[in-house]
Amino acid sequence: MDSVYEALVEIVGPEHVSSQPEELFIYSWDLGTTEPHRPDYAVAPRTAEEIRKIVQLANKEKIPVVPLGGGLSLAGLAVPFKGGILLDLKRMDDIIEVNERARYALVECGVSQGKLTAYLERHHPHLTHSEPGAPPAATIAGNVVIHGQGDLAHPYGFNSDMINGLEVVTPTGEICQFGSCAIGAGWFTLHPLPDVGLFLGWTGTTGIITKVSLRLFPCKKIRGMAQFVVDDEDLVPEVFYKITHTQMVEDIMATSQAIPPFSSELHHFTINIAADSEKELEFKLEIVFDDTLGEYIHKGDGGYLGFIRGLERPQLSKTSDWRKGGGFEYVGSIMPIEQYPECYRRGKEISERHDIPYTVLARCIGTAHAMMFSWTYAFNRADPKTIEHAREALHETDDLALELGGTIWKPGLYGQRLVMEKLNPNTLELMRKIKQLLDPNGIMNPGNWEAQ
Amino acid sequence: MMALADFEYGDTIHRCFRCGYCKFPVDWTDVNNCPAYARYRMETYSCGGRLWLTRAWLSDEIDWTAHFAHIMFSCTACKNCEAKCPLSFNVDILNMITAAKGEMVERGTIPPLVKEFLENIQRHGNPYGTPKAKRGDWLDGMGLKPYQGQDYLYYVGCIGSYDTRAQEIARALGAVLDRAGVSFGVLGVEEGCDGNDVNMIGEQGLFEVLAEDNIAQFKDLGVHRIVTLSPHAYNAIKNEYPCYEGDFEVLHYTQLLQCLISDGDLDISKGFEARVTFHDPCFLGRWNGEYEASREILQAIPGVTFIELEKNRESALCCGGGGGNFYIDFLGGSPDSPSRRRVREAHETGANILAVACPSCLNMLEDAVKSEELEDKISVQDISEIVAKACGITA
Repeated sequence: MDSVYEALVEIVGPEHVSSQPEELFIYSWDLGTTEPHRPDYAVAPRTAEEIRKIVQLANKEKIPVVPLGGGLSLAGLAVPFKGGILLDLKRMDDIIEVNERARYALVECGVSQGKLTAYLERHHPHLTHSEPGAPPAATIAGNVVIHGQGDLAHPYGFNSDMINGLEVVTPTGEICQFGSCAIGAGWFTLHPLPDVGLFLGWTGTTGIITKVSLRLFPCKKIRGMAQFVVDDEDLVPEVFYKITHTQMVEDIMATSQAIPPFSSELHHFTINIAADSEKELEFKLEIVFDDTLGEYIHKGDGGYLGFIRGLERPQLSKTSDWRKGGGFEYVGSIMPIEQYPECYRRGKEISERHDIPYTVLARCIGTAHAMMFSWTYAFNRADPKTIEHAREALHETDDLALELGGTIWKPGLYGQRLVMEKLNPNTLELMRKIKQLLDPNGIMNPGNWEAQ
Repeated sequence: MMALADFEYGDTIHRCFRCGYCKFPVDWTDVNNCPAYARYRMETYSCGGRLWLTRAWLSDEIDWTAHFAHIMFSCTACKNCEAKCPLSFNVDILNMITAAKGEMVERGTIPPLVKEFLENIQRHGNPYGTPKAKRGDWLDGMGLKPYQGQDYLYYVGCIGSYDTRAQEIARALGAVLDRAGVSFGVLGVEEGCDGNDVNMIGEQGLFEVLAEDNIAQFKDLGVHRIVTLSPHAYNAIKNEYPCYEGDFEVLHYTQLLQCLISDGDLDISKGFEARVTFHDPCFLGRWNGEYEASREILQAIPGVTFIELEKNRESALCCGGGGGNFYIDFLGGSPDSPSRRRVREAHETGANILAVACPSCLNMLEDAVKSEELEDKISVQDISEIVAKACGITA
């Protein structure tokens, strides 16, 4: 029996460590197009203290540690490219505290989006969190660590802007806290202590987040989705701009896709509106659709398709079953909203070149300060040619995102290299120094953000 | 050796994206509603993990190992995955796992306990390896009549016939049916195994033999209507036997009791003073959509304060006993075992009785109450026992 395995068993118990081929196979795969790489061990810790010991062991043995949340980034961010210990963090799934009056939830890193949603619905119906467009198995911590966005991105920004505090196991095995919790107070604010924001966007290369305090927001009694459609992509930026000016809505997304054919080349807005009364709802609908978007409707440039009560939870995994193929991956970008038309047109071209029906989506972040624009490419998991096509399309799209003046959201290795090539050299050097300082043995999620 | 191309679901199995919906209950309370995933919390033990491993195995990307077999046979066939998967092929995801188990059976590469389970059934007609001659022992002193053309055949099944605790509920139900004046008979030592769990293990050949033997016997005796103690038997007779020309009118006993009570044919006025919660058996609930009969019975009994478990009906957490796991017990031995999770959930409701309607659930959950040291807080009782008490029938 190898000594690392024995040491891991000592830390987490025999049932939560595996070096069996089945676990190594499963944890070698991302769900997107990234090539698999096997870890040497799969470990499912339960506490930050266990993680601390694992990290110390990994430093001693100089072996990589790759943290995994829901595994739904699709960009290969938790693929153990250089082997080592794959940490499946989903056993750490306690909702530790919900503070109703200060509107935050303190959760362990493995808590899923679905679990928090269900918990709030049941126990705190006046509160909600910004739920991303991912399957409910996506984790809260995994989402903030990649700067995810959710269905409250318009009023409140990125989910990583909603953090009140973090607990992190550093690459050298210290458990640190950040925010008001660090001075023994509650987990109600991240500011104004000195900013040490070293863990978001680094995809686990600078530490392992073990607790997150996440801001919650008022959950109105009535929540629903209105639909608005335009056929001219050039109108989309100004529609975004005008809706955000009203400050009456919770979420604004524009989508366009080749399938079904009757809606191809149309641009559908999904606009989430919430209200505590029928009067409030009527007022908001009137402001948005009569006073603001009425001009498009009257001119025949846009159409109001109605308001449906209730939020449809994201079922994006259905995208994977296009042509019964079981796979998709997307490039997400953070982009000025004015680039929507070009993003759409150029993305459509890439899709057509690779014989993949186009699917694009834009979600408003902030008051039209930016959008997350994504290009999705479906593939057939049983057909290597389609996987290769999707991979090529993804790479071309990474290039496109930067060419159009945006930045790539949660880039995979290819996109990371592109970003680092464009990064200010001093910034890149600072990243390298920070990484070297925090992770002198280079054990954390190697392959990612390697600023050479 | 079967290759992926020959696999019945070879053109479908790659469609699992492993999005993880299969782990949740309907309301997304947590990711522990797949009993095997709840127990081991490694992706391999989720439905998606099994499907990806199966595909890899049939494509020669991984070899068969005892661990792989453990992963596959720890599936209890509870159907939570099928209920939650949002994709159009969800009706087949459990079938894919059962077919993969079947391929292991074909190759003779199954875990020793699974082999023992199947051999016992083949040799003795029950999973315990107890002589067939003892199958009627539960009847001793009951005075129940053998089936001779009565309205109903009371089919007890293996657990109710052999397991000491489950024999009590078999007797309780017999006494209740007798009290209600139901015309019924039993097979006693002549009864065979229904085969439901053999089928879930993927031993198609043995299941066919069991089903055909039972069907032939039922037809010889002129059976038209069957009432079962176990939801497992109910499922096999209702959904599988028709494939072998075995068309019988079959009821789970809770359905019959609910009718008797609502028609006023069963006097339950003695009542039952307790705070009762109810655990939905998978083969009654998710497999057959029967969620109401048990609840209507319990709510009709004077003195019962009925409390729902948070995870109920389609969201019920399996006890961990399906797919032969009540015998092979691949999910036992841990506080994370689904049966122990379930009794903790039941205890959290404030109930002092956890009602079940299945001898397998009874065994699994009663053992879990002991493991959790909750004996003085909550006890597991079958609805047949509760009704018997409400009828004033003493053991």
